[in-house]
Amino acid sequence: MPHTAFAPEATTNRALRAFLHGLPGVDEVGARSRAQDLATRSIKTTAKARAVDLAISMVDLTTLEGADTVGKVRALCAKAANPDPSDRTVPRVGAVCVYPDMVATAVAALGGTGIGVASVATAFPSGRAPMEVKLADTRRAVADGASEIDMVIDRGAFLSGDYLKVFEEIAAVKEACGAAHLKVILETGELVTYDNVRRASHLAIRAGADFVKTSTGKVSPAATPPVTLVMLEAVRDHHADTGRRVGVKPAGGIRTTKDAVRNLVMVNEVAGPDWLTPDLFRIGASSLLNDLLMQRTRLTTGTYPGPDYYTLD
Amino acid sequence: MAERRSTGKAGRGAAEAAEGRGGSAAPASGVPARLAVRKTYKLYVGGAFPRSESGRSYPVTSSSGEHLANASLASRKDARDAVTAARKAFGGWSSRTAYNRGQVLYRVAEVLEGRREQFAAQAAAAQGLSRADADRVVSAAVDRWVYYAGWTDKFAQVLGGANPVAGPFYNHSAPEPTGVVAVFAPQDAPLLGLTSVIAPVVATGNTAVVVASETAPLAAVDLAEVLATSDLPGGVVNLLTGRVGEIGPHLASHADVNALDLAGSGELAVEFERAAATTLTRVLRPRPAPGGGEDAWLDPDPGTSRMTPFLETKTVWHPVGV
Repeated sequence: MPHTAFAPEATTNRALRAFLHGLPGVDEVGARSRAQDLATRSIKTTAKARAVDLAISMVDLTTLEGADTVGKVRALCAKAANPDPSDRTVPRVGAVCVYPDMVATAVAALGGTGIGVASVATAFPSGRAPMEVKLADTRRAVADGASEIDMVIDRGAFLSGDYLKVFEEIAAVKEACGAAHLKVILETGELVTYDNVRRASHLAIRAGADFVKTSTGKVSPAATPPVTLVMLEAVRDHHADTGRRVGVKPAGGIRTTKDAVRNLVMVNEVAGPDWLTPDLFRIGASSLLNDLLMQRTRLTTGTYPGPDYYTLD
Repeated sequence: MAERRSTGKAGRGAAEAAEGRGGSAAPASGVPARLAVRKTYKLYVGGAFPRSESGRSYPVTSSSGEHLANASLASRKDARDAVTAARKAFGGWSSRTAYNRGQVLYRVAEVLEGRREQFAAQAAAAQGLSRADADRVVSAAVDRWVYYAGWTDKFAQVLGGANPVAGPFYNHSAPEPTGVVAVFAPQDAPLLGLTSVIAPVVATGNTAVVVASETAPLAAVDLAEVLATSDLPGGVVNLLTGRVGEIGPHLASHADVNALDLAGSGELAVEFERAAATTLTRVLRPRPAPGGGEDAWLDPDPGTSRMTPFLETKTVWHPVGV
């Protein structure tokens, strides 16, 4: 495999370019048909019940609106800790994902539950801010108690071929994160091709990302199945090369239990069962959780639930 | 039109294959026999005509036991999809003006009138009615749509209004649609009975999931074709054909169904009413009509008794002078 030849210490634009452009191209038709093929798997009864619980524990319950209030973030945290107040056997979600200024609120609201707070940073969602601002953004979120940082890459620099700039930004933010996990948002909707998705994934992984994340949720298309597939292949290949496991987080557009289960099938088949844990796979979503809870109710009670019985946010 | 043979997938495939060869293999007379174009009776969900998700169908016979056609045998997932479609359509339909809903219902009457021959023939075949009786039933069904079309912008005045209160308040009550109504259509009145239970539900702004008569479902599928071409938005009426005992429990216990009309649920009514209670679903459990059959529904002025159970009364207290 060509990427084994890559030596991280030799970080010049030329070396990065040679490495990234030396990666095998993505077979677009093949990726689409493989994703489509995996989506036809039928997961029913007890397997479905386990998949639903696993998916709930992988949800990064997200609110990233300009209209977010302290009250809304607190309500979201209450839901994260106890998704269905009428059923205490429902697992907790993976994390709560908020804007940096809401981190302190979320940390206080989640105190004692053990649920992590993920904060978007580095001038989310566009990433168009000076480097000092991005680093200050990150440090502040970590200081406020965020255990995970979701950064966006500079898509402009990536698309114009300045891979070194992207690499160095990720490495600098990783350093600013300290003990916090770093998720790198590629914003695949703006990367145009699957080849670019593969290159950006490998670039982020080698720059120190703990997770690669598809999208901000502000750009359409967001987490399409073929994109997630290409990213899962990247983390699988990286593990084969180096033994380090990097996580994947599709975000945006995953609204139904069916979508979530299809993602889990893809994780299992592409990256392997080792990735079927909230430590290595997360789903960024807000409305998905209600659908998962409704499916869970359907499985436990046998009757169809209605959305009137669940909180709106 | 009534059908004589199965219209399943295999049957259609064979018919199409035969058609492909038709040109070369002409019968002895020299003129190729025209192949019958038979209708596949499907469900009506969200404005489309899908087959049952389960792929099943069941034979429908005439009153004398002759095979008429195969109807789709809906599963619980079809019922779930129908409720989803009805919920989706509720916002748009309930916020239409009453006048506009009246226009749409009148349009249904117009389109039904234009296809009265088909419905009369259907009623004669399915129920063994004489041609004159079948015509009478179709006329009554058309008139029923006109009747409820008229009610759309009048029931609010009759059932709501300004209430006299002892205080400085303007107090006002208005009936509002309750939401998604699951309707079990009468078993022995497949056209007029069906119309008489659907029309009041949609006239007041609700959306409906209708389980057609189990033994005579073909008129319901034909009526769905009328509804689909009458400006009624997709999903406002969803029609399922199949077994009440199979689909019914899932509709009755469904938390996103707001009300039940148990007209055609027979002995299962008690079970359904009990299941409905767990999610506080409104229930209309009418007394069986005397005599039965379409004749039991012929009363030209059924009143508001089928509208009021599916309405919620909203009362507003407004301080005077503010």
